[in-house]
Amino acid sequence: MELATGAGALKPDAPLVALSDARVHFGAVRALDGVSLTISPGECVGLIGHNGAGKSTAVNVINGGLTPTGGSVSYVMEDGSQGTGAVAARAAGIRSVFQELSLCPNLTVLENLRIPHRDLTGFGWRKTAAQRISKALGELFPGHRIEPGMAVGDLTLAERQMVEIAAGFAEGATPARLVILDEPTSSLDASIARQLLAHVRRFCSSGGAVIFISHMLGEVFEVATRIDVMKDGKIIDSRPASGFTQQSLIDAMGHVASEKTDVRAAVEAGDRIGEEVLSTPEGLSARRGEIVGLAGLAGHGQAEALARFFMSRSGALSKVRTPDVAFVAGDRGRDGVMPLWSILRNLTLTHLPSLVRNGLIDRDAEARLGADWKARIGIRTDNMNNPILSLSGGNQQKALFARALASTAPIVVMDDPMRGVDVGTKQEAYELVRREAESGRTFLWYSTETEEVCQCDRVFVFRNGLISAELTGAAINEENILAASFEMQGAAE
Amino acid sequence: MSGRYRILLPVISLAVLLAAVFYLQPRAMSYFGLNLLFNLAVPIALATIAQMMIIMVNDIDLSIGTFVSFSACVTATFLNDTPLLGAAILIAAILAYAAIGALIHLRELPAIVVTLGMSFVWGGVAVLLLPSPGGAAPGWIRTLMTVKPPLVPMAVVACVLIAGVTHVLIMRSSTGTLLRAVGGNTKAVARSGWSVMKLKAGAYALAGVFGVLSGMCLVGLTTSADANIALRYTLLSIAGVILGGGEFTGGKVSPVGAVIGALTLALAGSFLSFMRLSPDWQIGAQGAILILVLAVRLVFSRRGRKWKGAENG
Repeated sequence: MELATGAGALKPDAPLVALSDARVHFGAVRALDGVSLTISPGECVGLIGHNGAGKSTAVNVINGGLTPTGGSVSYVMEDGSQGTGAVAARAAGIRSVFQELSLCPNLTVLENLRIPHRDLTGFGWRKTAAQRISKALGELFPGHRIEPGMAVGDLTLAERQMVEIAAGFAEGATPARLVILDEPTSSLDASIARQLLAHVRRFCSSGGAVIFISHMLGEVFEVATRIDVMKDGKIIDSRPASGFTQQSLIDAMGHVASEKTDVRAAVEAGDRIGEEVLSTPEGLSARRGEIVGLAGLAGHGQAEALARFFMSRSGALSKVRTPDVAFVAGDRGRDGVMPLWSILRNLTLTHLPSLVRNGLIDRDAEARLGADWKARIGIRTDNMNNPILSLSGGNQQKALFARALASTAPIVVMDDPMRGVDVGTKQEAYELVRREAESGRTFLWYSTETEEVCQCDRVFVFRNGLISAELTGAAINEENILAASFEMQGAAE
Repeated sequence: MSGRYRILLPVISLAVLLAAVFYLQPRAMSYFGLNLLFNLAVPIALATIAQMMIIMVNDIDLSIGTFVSFSACVTATFLNDTPLLGAAILIAAILAYAAIGALIHLRELPAIVVTLGMSFVWGGVAVLLLPSPGGAAPGWIRTLMTVKPPLVPMAVVACVLIAGVTHVLIMRSSTGTLLRAVGGNTKAVARSGWSVMKLKAGAYALAGVFGVLSGMCLVGLTTSADANIALRYTLLSIAGVILGGGEFTGGKVSPVGAVIGALTLALAGSFLSFMRLSPDWQIGAQGAILILVLAVRLVFSRRGRKWKGAENG
């Protein structure tokens, strides 16, 4: 920690945090690729960007949780001294409210305050904690019904988020000077969200600073004094909020190279697509031979919609031999590979009922099936009996594709299957999906990558668990998907 | 609301069992009767608290039974003959427990495997110390365990004391809150800059302390030790924690409930003896009682969830 000159004589516009050329590389992945920004008291910075643009990494660098692999981050304390690192970040009054809930459900509201507030020790700490959290909750959300003694596990999702936000603003040993709010309104209803926005404005006008991350562009415009747009780990645009319109903001986020559109299937979509084969209560529908994409920001209900559909169409004993739906997992470790089994066993798993003879598995037929798919899909191994984990991620995914496609199921559900797969394999998989669609299979394809969604015949965009738009044909482009992913209207005036 | 139910069930099961025992054997309803019923429950209660410390941080300890046996052997030999050396050995054992906790966290090892392995280590060392049953209880421990307080027998006083002290330590103190937070959401604790390794080592060290106390109490009651004296404590302690309203994951534990759970299990044994059930059947019958109580709890928590669901719309 070094002392700055003129301690105590803090200029009104001296920044609280300064990042200069901060870089975070995980191996070859550049999560943050040279970000420079400063945040001064009184500022509310709206941070905007698509999935994987680097917002969360930037937040973790700013709050000291992640040490950048290059560049520097420095904090200015209340007394004017400077420091770096997580301890200095805490001492400088940097607080974070994370997107995924970071409360302990087994503790009460006041006990949860103990975790970030280190000074809560000794006799009577419970009373202090209860006072702090009640005061913050009362200031932020007047009319709330949360008691400090309630167990967090018994609260609703919205109430938990309120507690978390209140803890971020609550007074402590060091007062909050910069509060980072990552999607703070995702589970709050409109009136509570309004209370939060009002408090953010109050907080900033009294000299605090806020970083506000939200997919609700209306909210961002309402509170932000400055908007920084991130893409591919860089800040690509930064202007006062008045310098943007909602449309110009969407334009700034977009522009993924769109030369990929010409790789579309040569077969005319009209010839390929037949009658409707599925429709769900929430509005998802697909026809025979159609590739239907599910798009939107990650975690907005796409995977859940797929899982619900898949569960409703499978599980019955009679469906084992002639399944209705096959599933390609994206999270291979969680719901894809059997890590201790060979490639062959992993591949033939869903196909086993048709390989049974006299109650036992016909090993020869299994090997034939494996060899057939190895050739068709190009799994790079010299022996199908090698363990599945000996393959690269992309080849593991091919085995999972083969597992689903080897079945007779007319519908294939894919839950972001290209996660962590190399470009070459991706191209092969696209080709495979198109071929199978031509032969009459229907695909439901959730993907977080716009490039993949653009391969589909029809796209449903999800927002907050609901379908916010249905796009077909030429309307499937990044601009429309982004526009439907982000809330365009402000929180009702 | 669900928190209130949690402690209610162990209390009710203990009361029901106690009533049944008194009905079968009215003479148990006396100072000496109660002491006889519960004095062997004191070391079980301590071992259950030790197990609770581990379950609190989302791990499980399969070595607590052999660890208590080991502590009992040290107490009956070294602590009796050369008190200083004995105390040093017991402190070293507690430190070893802390080190195991740190190791499990650092190397991301499954606690169930590490503690299963350690159970053979503790068991082996105990056999080396006392190849055949023997040793003698240090006089002061013997005096402490046979003290006769007025009105209420020692066993009851000791259990209330254990429950009270651990309740303040785990449920009320700020450090205990932090330890439970590790079980509830490890990531949140780490994010706030705490060292999860130190906290886990602390929880394991506490388990070691209560394991040692359990062994010392046991020797005080039995006056001698044996390398296999407390083997069944491993399963009894796990059952006691769960019976007392704890859960295997999520840091949901209750020290008062755990002590009551241990008492219930100890009482179940006496109850079955009073029923003149052959010892061959007793273990199975004890299991049946456990399943019954847990089934009742499941019904309660199901219904609780349904109510909550209705409230939320």
